[in-house]
Amino acid sequence: MVLRSLIVGLFTAALAVTPVAAAETVKIGFITSLSGPAGIIGKHMKDSVELALDHLGRKVGGLETEVIYGDDQRKPDVGKQLADEMLKKHRVHFVSGIIWSNVMLAVAPTVTQAGTFMIGTNAGPHQLAGKMCHELFFTTSWQNDQTPEAMGKYMSDQKLTDVYAMAPNYAAGKDMIAGFKRYFKGRILEEVYTKLGQQDYQAEISQIRARNPKAVFVFYPGDMGIQFVKQYVQAGLREQTPLYSVYTIDEVTLPALKDVALGIFETRYWSPDLKNEANQKYISDFRKKFGYTPSFYGAQSYDGIMLIDAAVRAVKGDLADKKGMIAAMRKADYRSTRGAYTYNVNHFPVQNFYLLKTVKGAGGAAEMQIQKAVFEKHKDSYYKECGMKW
Amino acid sequence: MLLVLEQALNGLQYGVTLFLMAAGLTLVFGIMNLVNLAHGSLYMVGAYLATTFYQWTGSFLAGVALALAATLGLGILLEIVALRTLYERDHLDQVLATFGLILFFNELVAILWGRAALYTSLPAWLGGHVPVLPGVRYPVYRAVVIVVGLAVAVLLWGLVARTRLGMLIRAGASNRTMVAALGVNIRLLYTLVFGLGAALAGLAGLMAGPIYAVQPGMGEQILIQVFVVIVIGGIGSIRGALVAAIIVGMVDTLGRAFLKPTLATFLSPSAADSAGPALASMLIYLLMAVVLLFRPQGLFPVRAR
Repeated sequence: MVLRSLIVGLFTAALAVTPVAAAETVKIGFITSLSGPAGIIGKHMKDSVELALDHLGRKVGGLETEVIYGDDQRKPDVGKQLADEMLKKHRVHFVSGIIWSNVMLAVAPTVTQAGTFMIGTNAGPHQLAGKMCHELFFTTSWQNDQTPEAMGKYMSDQKLTDVYAMAPNYAAGKDMIAGFKRYFKGRILEEVYTKLGQQDYQAEISQIRARNPKAVFVFYPGDMGIQFVKQYVQAGLREQTPLYSVYTIDEVTLPALKDVALGIFETRYWSPDLKNEANQKYISDFRKKFGYTPSFYGAQSYDGIMLIDAAVRAVKGDLADKKGMIAAMRKADYRSTRGAYTYNVNHFPVQNFYLLKTVKGAGGAAEMQIQKAVFEKHKDSYYKECGMKW
Repeated sequence: MLLVLEQALNGLQYGVTLFLMAAGLTLVFGIMNLVNLAHGSLYMVGAYLATTFYQWTGSFLAGVALALAATLGLGILLEIVALRTLYERDHLDQVLATFGLILFFNELVAILWGRAALYTSLPAWLGGHVPVLPGVRYPVYRAVVIVVGLAVAVLLWGLVARTRLGMLIRAGASNRTMVAALGVNIRLLYTLVFGLGAALAGLAGLMAGPIYAVQPGMGEQILIQVFVVIVIGGIGSIRGALVAAIIVGMVDTLGRAFLKPTLATFLSPSAADSAGPALASMLIYLLMAVVLLFRPQGLFPVRAR
């Protein structure tokens, strides 16, 4: 009898304690593409989130932490469903991740309208930087246009003209070409949009050869980049027409492309050879734990967790204090893998953009190295359309 | 004009790849009445095996031969272990079971080879370009794909229309019980047909390997187009599969290449920019809808059973 009441008492006590303990757990819903051809990008992101948690002793802002991963399969509708599930079922405090701009445009408003933080770690569609900006939306990546703006500037400086521009036909593809054209002063021969996820580019490559441009500018992230560059080089075009790109040659596609990518230029805000303490620790610990070199997708996902950590720490674990967390995030006061940066009024980073080139590294394998900075403290082109004031 | 010719070759090359897939799928469906969604997985396995065997042996042709033999074997094994029990079930059960096989194979491939795409390089003798006409050079490898695809089409036609095995296959498709009553081992026949279909999918996959990225899930991407081909061509018809595959290949490639400039002649450039690519990716489905509207049985329906 005594034993039984003891057990009942213990149960009651346990039930009473649980809700309090749950409130002290930071829940982060991390949505990315884990299956299909883009799954490799999701792997870079997920591994980086795990490394960030390791570096924080598995505690974000000193609180117990649970990360719930979701696989959007590169589909906006799946992404939105996942976000709904994370908000309603798991009651997450932060939604983070998202690779694709079309998925982001479906997910971000869902999350912010529910009063939850959306921490972008890749996609930066122009709508979210401008008219659709929101106090609960922050990104640790970039606004889509910024990177091709840097490439447009560099190619203009090189006095290149008669350029053939190509991108997949979706939100980010349009942004990338718009950004490129904003700073590129030469003539553009043709703008071509291909199907998202297309594998064979032979028809487009035949068109390029027929137009004979002076240079080609492309945006083909992930698996699309491997295919395009491989076929471009196979067609013998690399020697004839130099290739310039954004988000096409990176640590996700290089292991497959290897020497095929040699000599191709990219612009980017980050590179594994960026010399700062946080980045070098990230790179070396990542290689030690996972056995491969992480990409910018990983670096900005790592930063996303660190940003959340800084925010939760600033409000001393009071997750209800959203104003306090917004104020903390706006300072970007954490050790980012890109070095120190600031936030613009629309919560997009103001940061440097570098020119990178694929070269043979010390070990003989192809790797990307920073050549020079194209832009310093570069703001995106949409922040004036954002109504936020702070 | 030369560009149109080059694009037509691209379309033909895509078309014959689709045909190799469609031939196997339509054989299995038309003869065994089995909806095999996992056909794309055999395509994927063919590509992976050819890449791996090529790396092991160092010889491209040996890699191709070994991979073909292995997919044939895998097809036979799959038929005996998993699919044999499905013949008597309705199509929904077959779809569910073979969809399960897709998940199984994708995961298996990811475990064995990793999620990252494999990069197959070509041997030097397949890497260059051949002059097709003065002023038109075409990649050797893609030309080889066209030749092999068309040769297989002829061989397959010969097999089905001119040999005793082909006669049994056709008879088995019309009346299974009657053929069995005549003392033919219909079970073995089905196993062979399925193995042949698997080998064709494997052939398509291993030829696509150096062109496409070899990665988990690569089979599903092409499978949708293959279903379009079968529906247009008429289910169960090899001839229909060939004609429809080449039509689909041409329409898709030429649409991607020339739809936008054509639209730009009578639309504003920005309207053509946005409508062109969107319309080009819908073109084959529009084609399918039109064909279904006028010939619901497909272009070359198999005669009534």
